[in-house]
Amino acid sequence: MTTISDTTKHLDMAASSDRARVLKSLALSDKVFAFATRAAAYAVLLLLAGIILSLIAGAWPAMKAFGFEFLITRRWAPQLEPEPVLGALAPIYGTLVSSFIAMLIAVPFGLGIAIFLTELCPHAIRRPIRLAIELLAGIPSIIYGMWGFFVLGPFLANHIEPSIVAAVANIPVLNSIFSGEMVSNLSLFNASLILAIMILPFITAIAVDVFSTVPPVLKEAAYGIGCTTWEVVNNVVLPFTRVGVVGGVMLALGRALGETMAVTFIIGNSFKISGSIFAPGTTISAAIASEFAESEGLHQSALILLGLLLFVLTFIVLASARFMLMRLEKRAGA
Amino acid sequence: MASYASRRRNSTIVMGLCLAATGIGVVWLFLILFSLLVNGIPGLTLAVFTEMTPPPGEHGGGLLNAIFGSVLMTVLGVGIGAPIGILAGTYLAEYGRHSKLTPVIRFINDILLSAPSIIIGLFVYGAVVVPMRSFSAVAGSIALAVIVIPVVVRTTEDMLLLVPNTLREAASALGLPRSFVIRRVAYRAARAGLITGVLLAVARVGGETAPLLFTVLSNQFWSANLLKPMANLPVTINNFINNPDANWKQLAWTGALLITVAVLSLNITARIFGASKDGR
Repeated sequence: MTTISDTTKHLDMAASSDRARVLKSLALSDKVFAFATRAAAYAVLLLLAGIILSLIAGAWPAMKAFGFEFLITRRWAPQLEPEPVLGALAPIYGTLVSSFIAMLIAVPFGLGIAIFLTELCPHAIRRPIRLAIELLAGIPSIIYGMWGFFVLGPFLANHIEPSIVAAVANIPVLNSIFSGEMVSNLSLFNASLILAIMILPFITAIAVDVFSTVPPVLKEAAYGIGCTTWEVVNNVVLPFTRVGVVGGVMLALGRALGETMAVTFIIGNSFKISGSIFAPGTTISAAIASEFAESEGLHQSALILLGLLLFVLTFIVLASARFMLMRLEKRAGA
Repeated sequence: MASYASRRRNSTIVMGLCLAATGIGVVWLFLILFSLLVNGIPGLTLAVFTEMTPPPGEHGGGLLNAIFGSVLMTVLGVGIGAPIGILAGTYLAEYGRHSKLTPVIRFINDILLSAPSIIIGLFVYGAVVVPMRSFSAVAGSIALAVIVIPVVVRTTEDMLLLVPNTLREAASALGLPRSFVIRRVAYRAARAGLITGVLLAVARVGGETAPLLFTVLSNQFWSANLLKPMANLPVTINNFINNPDANWKQLAWTGALLITVAVLSLNITARIFGASKDGR
């Protein structure tokens, strides 16, 4: 009797020490895993800090050399002796104007597609259409560049733009915006059109998402008092989702501002500010992509400073977009 | 108020415009694919996959070194970025769910998600290329990893938040430590979503050009040395397409076709994977 109880006691002791060991190793791996996830999450913060610091460090010589003048100088002459003259006005102008035109084109189209998909589209073809639009976002930027350079640019320059130029030749302001002096395959407008195609899926996707947050009851009530489809969209859906739509548009604007390869191929990389949108231009990202690899010294630092400006610009746009979308989410959750 | 007929007419006109917008929006994908097929298929021979990029002015040659470099750097970039992204996403969705820092990290991550990729290139140039004093495949992979991380963080967090809390509570009630609840239960429940996220990240970086331009450069020859410039498809296309040499141009179109087909099929696979989970 005693021997048996002794044995079980021993076994118990062995088991409990095993148990303690296993629990200890579990606790250890638990701690390691928790630490690893926390470290990875903080790494995301460090990444942003690292990007900002490394850009500032790289841009510092140019900031010291040019100061505030950098923002308002039109001339870009990296080879000038003894000192290069570098100003960001032309790329900033090109970035803002090309993104603005792209938004003018893409926003109505994107919203129109979203309205079609949410209000009119038969269920069976909704997914294929969404897929065809959303896959546009998957095509690499450089492919858009090639396509714009070899297909779209020549088509626009040969068939579309001359007739626009002819049509507005005698209208005072328009004839300088659509000036025909240098219609070419490479221009600000062609780049804007490519940008519009590239950001279209972002606007469409977000618009479809926020449109579907409209409670069906609201729409049904409007239909019930005899509203037409357009009146429902205009008076119920759009007011209800305004914040989300603006957020989605800003998100797309953030993409357009920083888009690089497509624009580099098709904008012409000319550091001149021309009143005509059919003339070549450049953007911040195109300037960096086309010149950085062969740059050095102050020229390189100026390009990094351009990058810093672009980052600040997109940061502000994207941050406000996120704030708006977050506000919408909060409202939807409440 | 306008008559019912005119209101109906207005509605029909606007909806017609929406239909037209959809038609025009859908057309681009097919126009681009059509151009790629027409220009790319004539150059699609076995040599593309078995021979190196040719020097200018020569006939023949292929894209083997560029394809190899692209695959290697994508694998490395995703190999570095995806685990960090999954861990960070896990923190946001599990451990840090009630931490005050979580909304901040999520916000910063969303900004990084849409940050221009050329900025990532500049960052890696300053942080890796300059200290190492050489363009290298490692620098390119790190640039790609930086792009992968926010994509994976986002999908991981979203997918883990979809896992019902009752599953976690049941596992905890059995006495499983927290990390086991996450790894054995939450990850398993969200597996399809996590894989979708990684696939989307691969598709995102597969065609990235801007961050590679001044981190890896490119290489005319076969190289598997991670510390040296390495050939890769996007930059090779970029260098070849603007060259008057007809052979180079043909190779660039074929390379473009390959990249697009690969990236789009990954996108579609990821969608099917994600959708199959929704349907279950």
